[in-house]
Amino acid sequence: MHAIEKILARAAGKDRVRAGEIVTAAVDLAEINDLYLQVIQSFEAMGGKGVWDPDKVVFVFDHYSPPPTPKAADNHRVMREFVAKEGIPHLFDIDAGVCHQVMPEGGLVRPGMVLVATDSHTTTHGAFGAFATGVGATDLAVVLIRGTLWFVVPEVVKIELTGRLPQGTTAKDVVLGLLQRFKADGFVYKAVEYAGPAVTDFSIAERMVICNMAVEMGAKTTYIQPDDKLREYLAARGIEDYPIDTTDPDYEYAEVHQFDVGQVEPLLAAPHSVDNVHPVGDYAGTAIDQAFIGTCTGGRLEDLEMAAKVLRGRRIPPGVRLVITPASKEVFLKAMATGCIKDLVEAGATVTSPGCGPCLGIHQGMLGPGEVCITASSRNFPGRMGSPQAEIYVASPLTVAASALRGRITDPREVLEEGS
Amino acid sequence: MGKLQGRAFIFKDNVDTDQIYPGRYLELTDPKAIAAHAMEGADPAFPEKVRPGDIIVAGKNFGCGSSREHAVIALKEAGVGAVLALSFGRIFYRNAINLGLPAIRLAEAPKAAEGDLLTIDLEEGTIALPDGGILSFAPFPPEIRKIIQGGGIIPLVKSEQLG
Repeated sequence: MHAIEKILARAAGKDRVRAGEIVTAAVDLAEINDLYLQVIQSFEAMGGKGVWDPDKVVFVFDHYSPPPTPKAADNHRVMREFVAKEGIPHLFDIDAGVCHQVMPEGGLVRPGMVLVATDSHTTTHGAFGAFATGVGATDLAVVLIRGTLWFVVPEVVKIELTGRLPQGTTAKDVVLGLLQRFKADGFVYKAVEYAGPAVTDFSIAERMVICNMAVEMGAKTTYIQPDDKLREYLAARGIEDYPIDTTDPDYEYAEVHQFDVGQVEPLLAAPHSVDNVHPVGDYAGTAIDQAFIGTCTGGRLEDLEMAAKVLRGRRIPPGVRLVITPASKEVFLKAMATGCIKDLVEAGATVTSPGCGPCLGIHQGMLGPGEVCITASSRNFPGRMGSPQAEIYVASPLTVAASALRGRITDPREVLEEGS
Repeated sequence: MGKLQGRAFIFKDNVDTDQIYPGRYLELTDPKAIAAHAMEGADPAFPEKVRPGDIIVAGKNFGCGSSREHAVIALKEAGVGAVLALSFGRIFYRNAINLGLPAIRLAEAPKAAEGDLLTIDLEEGTIALPDGGILSFAPFPPEIRKIIQGGGIIPLVKSEQLG
């Protein structure tokens, strides 16, 4: 069996499971974000009389932090009341950050667990050796009542990453390269395991990036075999006790692919599809109105530091907006301590509260008709960040920072060479 | 679970949930208010054009992207009777089944144009096309059939809670 199958088998109380089988698995962690008052509405419509295990439930107010409208504020109020009534100990309020960042930071994510959340980027937690997948609001409400959910055991695709990242490229460019090759529907319904020496070299933050955007290729979940680097990350958060599953040597993958990260160059996804991927150089010189660095894809300390490295002691041009949204309070505090927030603000950045920022087009930097944005977030669907007539380019934090500096799409290698 | 009949609305590959239901309306919680924005990102006139029973015919990966259940609520409340596609974003697919909206995966695109009348037989797994042709699909397995027949998972779980 694959490690993912062993996790599902344990959660379903079975000795063996196989791809294609439907299993009912016990859920270890269920997270609800503030877009989905529907979870509570479905819970009540189903006659829910109390959540199955309040310790395993998490609410995170990240998409509407702080609330941009009276309705969003009222949705938060109803959720806070539900949390209080049900005795749920984990409420990350508007000061906390993006769910996929605050849950690992808070020591809630561990290897071998079954994690569901009302967010498609839940695939991020494969970086921690968890079986983690996004679900809808009513599915999550079923979990609140039953503590279980049905899953089809997925086929597993293995992607072996070899080589070393060249100067000026990042894990984001790797996952954009994968999107270029495998496309937006490459792994629909399937699980993606990342393996190989480049994955071992990657930091936890870099692993989170490639797992996060696996969903843009349709993946149901991801998996990276836990190693010493992960053990250290977990131990620093007081997590020592967890199972580590390993894949049997005779397991047959649905597909095995090799990808040499040493061949990657700075890439971007051009409007209006995540798999419309090209070298940054092909679009060099395109004028931008806004640059955005943040989210569960690109708002970690490492991302802000990359941007600061490009922008320190420099100034973005007048008329260009640079919006920075730290992924979490912890990231924000660390970025203040290292001075990188100061560097970015002095360079002309507008820093928002931790959370999802303008990624999903509800506040904190929406785009007008005809505007062009380059973003370190994950999606450039039509209308994603505001006007359907806006154009969104998805790229690495380095490319976004270099483009902000010049006011036009720029290969970060040009700027890094200048600065060195 | 009988037959469904409605006019076809044709959409391309990779219609994401931001197009089905734009993010700026995610704070809405009343199904009728949500339905007013169905498919707005792909076809702003859709909410005015759609009539009860109409059928969405899409290409690959319909409903990819965000997990927002609003996308299914919007289609269902707007009157959409079924969604046919070559493949689905998996969270959209689960959401559709959970809310009792038949999401049907086809092996090939139906020969149908915008506005053509389609008749879907969920029991038999067939779609009657305007040219007289019949397109087959795998009927739902028993677990999913039970959910669709019951009008979604909410009434099913509710009856368990009461029982």
